Amino acid sequence: MLEYFEILGQEVYKVLFLLVPILVSVAMIVWLDRRVWGLVQKRRGPNVVGPFGLFQTLADALKYIFKEIIIPASANKVVFILAPIITMTLALVAWAVIPMSEDLVLSDINVGILYLFAVSSLGVYGIIMGGWASNSKYPFLGAIRSAAQMVSYEVSIGIIIINVLLCVGSLNLKDIVLAQKDLWYVIPLFPMFVVFFISALAETNRPPFDLPEAEAELVAGYQTEYSGMMYAMFWLGEYANILLMCAMGSILFLGGWLPIIDIYPLNLVPAPIWMILKILFLFFLFALIKAIVPRYRYDQLMRLGWKIFLPFSLIYLVLTASFLFYFDKLPKGNF
Amino acid sequence: MIAHSIFFYFFSVIAIFSSLMVITSRSTINSVFFLILDFISVGCLFIMVGAEFLGMILLIVYVGAVAVLFLFVVMMLNVAEQKQSWFVGKKSNHLPTGLIVSILILLELLVVAGGWKYKENLMSSSTLILSDISNTHQLGLVMYTDYILYFQLAGIILLLSMIGAILLTFRKRSGVKKQSYFTQISRNPSSAIELKEVESNKGVIIDD
Repeated sequence: MLEYFEILGQEVYKVLFLLVPILVSVAMIVWLDRRVWGLVQKRRGPNVVGPFGLFQTLADALKYIFKEIIIPASANKVVFILAPIITMTLALVAWAVIPMSEDLVLSDINVGILYLFAVSSLGVYGIIMGGWASNSKYPFLGAIRSAAQMVSYEVSIGIIIINVLLCVGSLNLKDIVLAQKDLWYVIPLFPMFVVFFISALAETNRPPFDLPEAEAELVAGYQTEYSGMMYAMFWLGEYANILLMCAMGSILFLGGWLPIIDIYPLNLVPAPIWMILKILFLFFLFALIKAIVPRYRYDQLMRLGWKIFLPFSLIYLVLTASFLFYFDKLPKGNF
Repeated sequence: MIAHSIFFYFFSVIAIFSSLMVITSRSTINSVFFLILDFISVGCLFIMVGAEFLGMILLIVYVGAVAVLFLFVVMMLNVAEQKQSWFVGKKSNHLPTGLIVSILILLELLVVAGGWKYKENLMSSSTLILSDISNTHQLGLVMYTDYILYFQLAGIILLLSMIGAILLTFRKRSGVKKQSYFTQISRNPSSAIELKEVESNKGVIIDD
């Protein structure tokens, strides 16, 4: 019996060692996002609290904690409270399979990429539940938009993942990274990388696809009725999801923890640093796009997802498969 | 093994409880949430016996896509109206059809349960992990060789049902303004602007 508790204690320790850095980096990433946003618009961005305004997010979080949580009288209370919890939990749970280096991974499962895909597709529940339980028109419209948007862009993300998996021959995230030792998939699959990036923007409800929370039309979309800590949880979950998408992009296309070229000074840098740098690079692109691109109209968003990305990634899938087949490059590694 | 049994019973109790709640819950929204919980716990059971690929696909397809659409439809229904007509007083006229269908399902279940071969240690995770090739690879080896015909047939049936569903909801609408990106982008000043001689007191008709 004591043995079980020991194992349990070790696992809890490992989980904490993963979760605390993620939460801290989410806070920092919010700061980075606002800072980049400000710099693009020739503003300073948050620069008052702490050095370079680094503690701005902590101050914001403190403010949210001490605010009163208001639950609308006509809301479905259980679902209303459950929604931000689900968003946040799902955003954090997915990090369990992200490998930061060859042996620095919480759980190295065989179907890692499927797990990531499954958890990111569950993310839509938090939004629908929040929007419906608020029992008010703007949240509901926002939730419906978001659900349709996330379901449609998941389809093209799924096909892009299949593209990469065809080249790898394994569902394990570690194998996916190690298969890119000679060539990062961003080079042969560059069009897919672009489509993945844009779909990731839509999947995480980032501008230019932030229609669920379009402030000009829907107040704040599904978050309208949320306040205090519950709003902060939605917000943390959203940024954790964005980071997750960046991590997914860097694993699938940018070679995960592998250095740019495997030569002397570059391969001395520890593997997790490379992974973090790649995630930050992708996040920087996310932040830039938020600052420079105007919002899409809803029918344009749907057209882009179903009429352009889906056929394009399907055609590319056929091309990849036939290329691998005819040049006899299909992976025959250990399964 | 104790931990395995504990987890097995944990997930199966949740699965059975939530499937009971799906049919007894008064609010349709709660039913859908319990259905999702049921899918998730069944997915966990799949993973526990080593069928990780099936478990994940169950999560992706059923929880990530099918249940979202369920939730979508149920949320569109007027909950207050349902409470009046379904639960208070009024008799439902779907009762005979429902009874026939449920009796048929019960009979089918009995037939299946009669021929059930109980397998020892099904709840242990070592059952499916027989060789060193992974679960996904094993499935692929069978599905694309021995069962390729059935696999393709299932795909064609799905495609047909998709086309059918689109055809059912397809209707031509009149008076809808459509945006053509190509004509928009390929406009130039000479094709976009049209000069007209306007007669006094007549005007021109714009936008027909």
